[in-house]
Amino acid sequence: MTDIPASGAGTRLGIRPRRVVTYAILIAGAFLMIYPLVWMVFSSFKLDRQIFSDPTGLPSSWNIANYFEGWVATTPSFTRYFVNSFIVCLGAVIGNVLACSLTAYAFARLEFPFKRTLFTAMLLTLMLPSHVLLIPQYVLFVNLSWVNTYLPLIVPKFLATDAFFIFLMVQFIRKIPRELDEAAIVDGAGPFRVFTSVIFPLLQPAIITTVIFTFIWTYNDFFSQLIYLTSPDQLTVPVGLRSLVDSSGGSYGQLLAMSVLSLVPTFVVFLIFQRRLVEGIATSGLKG
Amino acid sequence: MTAADIVGPLTRSAAQPRPRRRQSLVGYLFLLPWFGGVILLTAGPLLASLYLSFTNFDLLQAPDWVGLENYIRMFTADTRFMRALWVTLTYVLLGVPLNLAFALLIAVLLNQKVRGLGLFRGIYYLPSLLGGSVAIAVLWRQLFGRDGVVNEALSVFGIVGPNWIGMPQYALYTLILLHVWQFGSAMVIFLAGLQQVPGELYEAADIDGASNWRKFWSITLPLITPVLFFNLVLGIINSFQAFTSAYIVSGGTGGPADSTMFYTLYLYQQGFSNFRMGYASAMGWVLLAIIAAFTAVNFLASRKWVFYGDER
Repeated sequence: MTDIPASGAGTRLGIRPRRVVTYAILIAGAFLMIYPLVWMVFSSFKLDRQIFSDPTGLPSSWNIANYFEGWVATTPSFTRYFVNSFIVCLGAVIGNVLACSLTAYAFARLEFPFKRTLFTAMLLTLMLPSHVLLIPQYVLFVNLSWVNTYLPLIVPKFLATDAFFIFLMVQFIRKIPRELDEAAIVDGAGPFRVFTSVIFPLLQPAIITTVIFTFIWTYNDFFSQLIYLTSPDQLTVPVGLRSLVDSSGGSYGQLLAMSVLSLVPTFVVFLIFQRRLVEGIATSGLKG
Repeated sequence: MTAADIVGPLTRSAAQPRPRRRQSLVGYLFLLPWFGGVILLTAGPLLASLYLSFTNFDLLQAPDWVGLENYIRMFTADTRFMRALWVTLTYVLLGVPLNLAFALLIAVLLNQKVRGLGLFRGIYYLPSLLGGSVAIAVLWRQLFGRDGVVNEALSVFGIVGPNWIGMPQYALYTLILLHVWQFGSAMVIFLAGLQQVPGELYEAADIDGASNWRKFWSITLPLITPVLFFNLVLGIINSFQAFTSAYIVSGGTGGPADSTMFYTLYLYQQGFSNFRMGYASAMGWVLLAIIAAFTAVNFLASRKWVFYGDER
């Protein structure tokens, strides 16, 4: 690896201009991809005047007031929105991990009638657009008086409605050697013990992928939070940000500052788990 | 009996006389949460929305049976519905292929043993992780506004750009561009597929003196058609359901002049602004039918162009 560049990199640059073209496209493309985000961060520090008069320049003064003023520009403040978002995400994550792993274990390891049919049905729900279920679900939650609570956003996860993760975990469990189950069974473990002491601990990589994606998707989900959360105190970050868009008082600088902050949790997860995110997508085809 | 107890589990699917019924029961027990979800949140609502689609329903009064009226009105009398259908089809048919083309291009370039692969991959992937959020839609409004960065850049070339999101003829294309910008997740899947292509094939082609272009068309592309197919199916299913970008950029109206009226946005307006929930249910079923039709056509067509090699 290290001795190749001596003969490779130096001469290659000269011999193969194609290589230069590759890097030129990649670097230019990377710049275009990242520029909107960089612009957003820069502009969030600008005075409104400068956002429009000099959109591409650096901030003339790093005006941090946008952040402080934007944070409290809505009632309640963004403190509340972030806390609410994390409550919803936490509930969704726990629900998905528990329910999907139980379901996946049954499909991957246990024998029961109609297993194939049920598994196919589970895969079919992957392709079902949520909008076809929307109205009856909404009616159901209205009748349960769950609208304007977090229950419509959390309870479905405890009922294993995210088939993506079931599929991901089934694939993973199938790769765990059955000998491990059988050793535990010989030691007198029942199916539930096998699940808790063999499968669930070994499932950890798939569970981490599930946690990360459930967090990001729930955190960024706008549609269902728009429908189910209406009172200001219940709003989460995406719907809170929308209310800042709608309130005419909010300045552009403040709006961009809050937009930047709303992206921070996803960005942090990206920085920490980049490798896992990429592997999760590559192996299971999850839609990022 | 005792022998079977010991041998049974070891030979797994082989005959397991005694525990079979119990194990079935245990299996169903583990599936209990999922069953609950399927019955209460999937199958039940699916049937309920089919019923509601034949009614007028405003949430307050009992559904009023109207037969096929909702469906007939959609395709004969509701010009906004046809508009939403057209806008969404344009979005899908332009956005998805462009998204995949960029994803494949960058994946192929990244697969050439470039330095800084991890960094490049991260940068290209990031937009697809953030892109569906409200914040990015807010950002897009700013970028493509009258005094936005895009026009600032165009002014360098002496072009005075319009307010892109305020003009009916351009607004949709800014949203398509937003979709294309998020090609990172498809790129990551392509990259994984490209890394599976055996190196010997390229070496053999080198010996035959094949050009790079030729190698791409004759080796790379055929071998990653399964990945391309997968990305295409998922991309179409997902982009038919796009909502957030249009909602935020148009302020929930689908404007200007309904030019960003995504299908789901119109469904939302019908169901939750006008409380025409029967009509919204019918729209949900039409969307299901459209997506199913596209997926079925994709699968049928895939026999012609998807190459599964020695896998099956």
